[in-house]
Amino acid sequence: MRTLKRSQHRLRAMALRPAPAARLLGAPASSASITTHASGSGNASSVNPITSLLIANRGEIALRIARTAAAMGIRTTTLYTDIDAASQHAKCAPHSLALGPAAAYLDGDRIVALAKQHGIQALHPGYGFLSENPKFAKACEDAGIVFVGPPAKAMADMGDKARSKEIMTNAGVPCVPGYHGEEQSVEQLQARAREIKFPVLLKSVKGGGGKGMRIVRTEEEFEAQLKSARAEARASFGEGGEVMLVEKYIVRPRHVEVQVFADRYGNCVALGERDCSVQRRHQKILEESPAPLLDDATRHDLWDKARTAATAVGYVGAGTVEFILDRDTGEFYFMEMNTRLQVEHPVSEMVTGTDLVEWQFRVAAGERLPLTQDEIEARIHERGAAIEARIYAENPEKGFFPDSGKLVHLKTPMTSEDIRIDAGFIEGDTVSEAYDGMIAKLIVRGKDRETAIRKMELALRDYEVVGLSTNIEFLKKLCRSQAFIEGDLETGFIDKWKDELFKPKHVTDEVFVQAALGMLNSQIANSMSANTMQSSPHGQTLGFGETPTLQNRKFAFRVKDDSSVEEGKLVNVSVTQTGRDLFKVAVSRGETETPQVYENIVSTSTSPSDTKTSLTTFFPKTRVESTLVRDPTRDDKLTIFQLGHKTELSLEPPAWFDKALGLKEMAASVVAPMPCKILRNEVEEGQEVEKGAPLVVIESMKMETVIRSPQKGVIKKLAHKQGDICKAGTVLVLFEEDAAASHDA
Amino acid sequence: MSFTATPKRGEMLLLTARQLSRQCVASQTRTHRSIATASATALRPCATRQSGSHITNHNTNSSRSVATFTPPHQASAISIIKSELDTSSDEFKENERLMGEAMARLEELTRKVQLGGPPKAREKHIARKKMLPRDRVTALIDPGTTFLELSPLAGHELYPEAPEVPAGGIITGIGVVEGVTCMIVANDSTVKGGTYYPITVKKHLRAQEVAKENKLPCIYLVDSGGANLPHQADVFPDREHFGRIFFNQARMSAAGIPQVSVVMGPCTAGGAYVPAMSDESIIVQEQGHIFLAGPPLVKAATGEVVSPEDLGGGKMHSSVSGVTDYLAVDDAHAIVLARRCISNLNWPVENKQPTTSSPNPTFAEPLYPAEELLGVASTNLRKPLPVHEVIARIVDGSVFAEFKRDYGTTLVTGFANIYGHRVGIVANNGILFSSSAVKGAHFIELCAQRGIPLVFLQNISGFMVGKDAEREGIAKNGAKLVTAVACADVPKFTVVVGGSYGAGNYGMCGRAYSPRFLWMWPNARIGVMGGEQLAAVMETVGQKVDPELKARIERESDAVYSSARLWDDGIIPPAHTRRYLGLGLRAALGGRNEVAPGETKFGVFRM
Repeated sequence: MRTLKRSQHRLRAMALRPAPAARLLGAPASSASITTHASGSGNASSVNPITSLLIANRGEIALRIARTAAAMGIRTTTLYTDIDAASQHAKCAPHSLALGPAAAYLDGDRIVALAKQHGIQALHPGYGFLSENPKFAKACEDAGIVFVGPPAKAMADMGDKARSKEIMTNAGVPCVPGYHGEEQSVEQLQARAREIKFPVLLKSVKGGGGKGMRIVRTEEEFEAQLKSARAEARASFGEGGEVMLVEKYIVRPRHVEVQVFADRYGNCVALGERDCSVQRRHQKILEESPAPLLDDATRHDLWDKARTAATAVGYVGAGTVEFILDRDTGEFYFMEMNTRLQVEHPVSEMVTGTDLVEWQFRVAAGERLPLTQDEIEARIHERGAAIEARIYAENPEKGFFPDSGKLVHLKTPMTSEDIRIDAGFIEGDTVSEAYDGMIAKLIVRGKDRETAIRKMELALRDYEVVGLSTNIEFLKKLCRSQAFIEGDLETGFIDKWKDELFKPKHVTDEVFVQAALGMLNSQIANSMSANTMQSSPHGQTLGFGETPTLQNRKFAFRVKDDSSVEEGKLVNVSVTQTGRDLFKVAVSRGETETPQVYENIVSTSTSPSDTKTSLTTFFPKTRVESTLVRDPTRDDKLTIFQLGHKTELSLEPPAWFDKALGLKEMAASVVAPMPCKILRNEVEEGQEVEKGAPLVVIESMKMETVIRSPQKGVIKKLAHKQGDICKAGTVLVLFEEDAAASHDA
Repeated sequence: MSFTATPKRGEMLLLTARQLSRQCVASQTRTHRSIATASATALRPCATRQSGSHITNHNTNSSRSVATFTPPHQASAISIIKSELDTSSDEFKENERLMGEAMARLEELTRKVQLGGPPKAREKHIARKKMLPRDRVTALIDPGTTFLELSPLAGHELYPEAPEVPAGGIITGIGVVEGVTCMIVANDSTVKGGTYYPITVKKHLRAQEVAKENKLPCIYLVDSGGANLPHQADVFPDREHFGRIFFNQARMSAAGIPQVSVVMGPCTAGGAYVPAMSDESIIVQEQGHIFLAGPPLVKAATGEVVSPEDLGGGKMHSSVSGVTDYLAVDDAHAIVLARRCISNLNWPVENKQPTTSSPNPTFAEPLYPAEELLGVASTNLRKPLPVHEVIARIVDGSVFAEFKRDYGTTLVTGFANIYGHRVGIVANNGILFSSSAVKGAHFIELCAQRGIPLVFLQNISGFMVGKDAEREGIAKNGAKLVTAVACADVPKFTVVVGGSYGAGNYGMCGRAYSPRFLWMWPNARIGVMGGEQLAAVMETVGQKVDPELKARIERESDAVYSSARLWDDGIIPPAHTRRYLGLGLRAALGGRNEVAPGETKFGVFRM
């Protein structure tokens, strides 16, 4: 019935489009509607448009807010810390104020003071930092600054876990069932567990780190498990550790959240839900809307409960109500409400065709909500699905350990109406370890979920980052994962499918060929101008037999790719130029295997900079385009992007490298290089010295010269003392022989 | 053809100009030539009239011939050689087949030579972690550049006891190192320990000569046991023997031509002077050795027992004696050091070309495929070789501004470009008559006056003989050509595309006339005269004819026989002629070379 009704509403809503922002619309008689919806025309006197704004945040969200602010004609001021002085968000606004130390984005007093001092009307806190700090929101209100966010009271209510649960329970929003009471008898607890329904979780009130924690799957094992948990808890936490609480245990939970928006006039809408189940280290990496495999009834129930929750605390502005959804029962429970605009808000924007930051400004200015619930739903039906991938500086192969560093190379997919990138960095910027390692968000919309996922995968193939580890390759694998495509989601998704997701990839021959050709071509381009190449016979064969100089050049690559089978392996590539842009290449993967030979490869390249080379190569049966990036900070490191895959290699140094550069002249003694006077000995006998450490300072020709240690070793003897006159070749310092020998070995 | 009868003279002019260009394009057939010439002369009076009439009579404008705008492509149309080669003809196919056989033989010989010494010697060399000499050269030169190797077939079947001395035991050629065009001389120690046979000395000296003439910095990759002792009499004492190497090094250094050596193996006795006389030297430790006498000789002479490393190793020479300047840990390292030396020569680099004769950067490839030269050339030198077809496949855009096209037609002369370099081409198209010789001398004078390099395409059986020819003064007129060739102070390049016989060799800039480079096609033959004629002459003068003589002369006229003896700089595939000339021109005109116009001082031309 409801479905039918809704579709009728949808029709009506669509007939009225395009909808002006504020207009008269009869309240829909939706049974599910909690608030009487639909905005009346804005009361002109209560609307106070925002004209100037301080963005109390950094990175992509600061840029994103500034974008909308600019579009609305709001004068924007940004803030930056010392570390962020050259960052994009600091540059994006005409006014930018210094905050000082790295942690100063949390310095609420200073930020409010700055806003006041510069006569700024409103403040947008973004997400993170001070965005959910009710004291800060209050401070803004007290200082007469419009805080673009919910009222401090609502924020405080939702911020307190216990209080929010109480409010929710009272408002009829389901919370995770559990017993936190003082009745601790086995029977009592078991009865509670029965009420909650198995499986349940037993947890010590003093608990932590999994100690004294038990999952009880059936009633039969309850008593035994309780006993065991209590024993362990007492041992771990001491007296009082045996006090247990019982909670519903959700075996396969999904993280589903609802984007809500409320205005000052009691209107509240749900802008669809988002599934954020794909998480690592309890942080989301893929978010999508609508949530897959969700029946319409549940979906609307979720929306309604979310709106109820928001309304229950008198919410105004953008918020997210998070639910935990039990895949086995289809039940969902309230977890918490985030009283801010979230990282993944663009997913909802894409799927509803809205600008939530614009909504924030308008609601903060006192306007009514621009769309009704029905209009929003109609839009979702029309717009299909959206998905967001968070691109992080981290190493998925090493437990998603965060990384930082300079973005030596950054190429992003072409953006369009359906492909959006919210980024805080450009090429050459440094991702600092001082802040969150999110480089960018890539948001893609498709006519349905599968299309969106495919488009996401294609877009990720065009996303190239060199300079630090990223999760891009991992995101591609997620998008290709059958389980993900089927919507088989739960918060343990990555762990459940880790074998597939972390299955090492095979590096193809073409990658090594392209790496070698790219290196060679860039050197050719360096040594001769294109003009010279074209206006001379150079690069062409000459004479009978093998053209001598176009013969083999060998490249030894070591695979430096945690996500590949070949990690650490040495692969030899030999390139023979057989004409201008014409090559023969052999790839050998070790002593035993016969080299694979590729004849008549036509390869042309351009090097837009010293560190980058783009190649187009025609292999006998295919054309391959690659980008080769040499990391200037580490000369031998190569990153190659090819056919949507990234591979990291290093060029092995030649055999002479260590010897010639390390200068392993294993002298057990150091001699005077010229006739001299000893000014002073800088070391003592028996002292251990590093290579390059000053040993003796001599004077000769009225010049002081420092004699440095040629090696790491232990000083055996200092042959001369201060003031001694020495001939050239006189031994000055003797090293312990064995130290030298062991180093030599 | 009367212009006065035509009311619209402008149109008429346009028409004749078109006809003219069309005719000239088709001018390989000589039939239309008279008409073309006639129309060309007919144009002249019109131009004169026009300049006189413009002041007085405005009304006659309609009958005036104004200067017709001629776009460059129309103007150049008169110079484009129109090929008349019939690639489906039996003659073409026969030529191609026979040339193919000659090519195959050279391909095989060259591949064998490129392997270097016997397999055992090569394996031993590699086992010592030494790079093979050709790999050393590859590593030395810039990637993507082409190495112009000189005389790879030197030493072929030269010594009865050693029928194969691959490449004469030494690899020489011109390569680009750090953008600098250099002469590279690399000993091949897999060939009899890299010892110097007489041909090795000759090849080394030839390389130095090329370096000197073309101002090319020299890089010596030294890995040689010194003189080949059994041949010492032909290696050591004479003017053009071993000692000349060091003489050349000193003189070139004096002339500002850098000398760099890399010691990658032994450098004994005289050989020690190669690094010692270089501007900068690099040595590979525990591999390169420099001493006047090696440990065995030292022991014999003084009884002193000393290891090679102590006697003349890299560490000793780089830190004690100072004979060498840089110490390398292995071949590859040494080559990197050598490249660094070259980058510090402060020498003009390839891609700058700051010479007076900078090439035109925009040029077109020839209109016709170079591979067709195999069907143009003939192994039967009695057959005429249409030299315009050769020129059309060598020069830029097949554009050839022919000089004195209709005079002395057995010698073809004219201006063209090769890889953007302007050159004067002198090419045989039959026997040299007095008129052809005089024409050639005239053209060479033009090129010398203008500082334009000369390219000789040699296919000459000689000057015309006989009563008429002598009475015409063929000796005197031939001498004019020889004088002009000998004296012309511009870079000269010779390619023997057919025969090179008798005095024709002199007039066409044979080896004795110091062309910067002399290359031969596989079908080329060289000798005082053909074997048959030589046998006939011998018979006439009453000598007892050796029945073997004819065959021997034939054998000795062969290009491979010539190349083995370094009478040339190598046998080249006809299709690569343009490339060889292009690289030769770069060597002769790039770097610190300057060709100043009008520098030549000619001797007395007997009139």
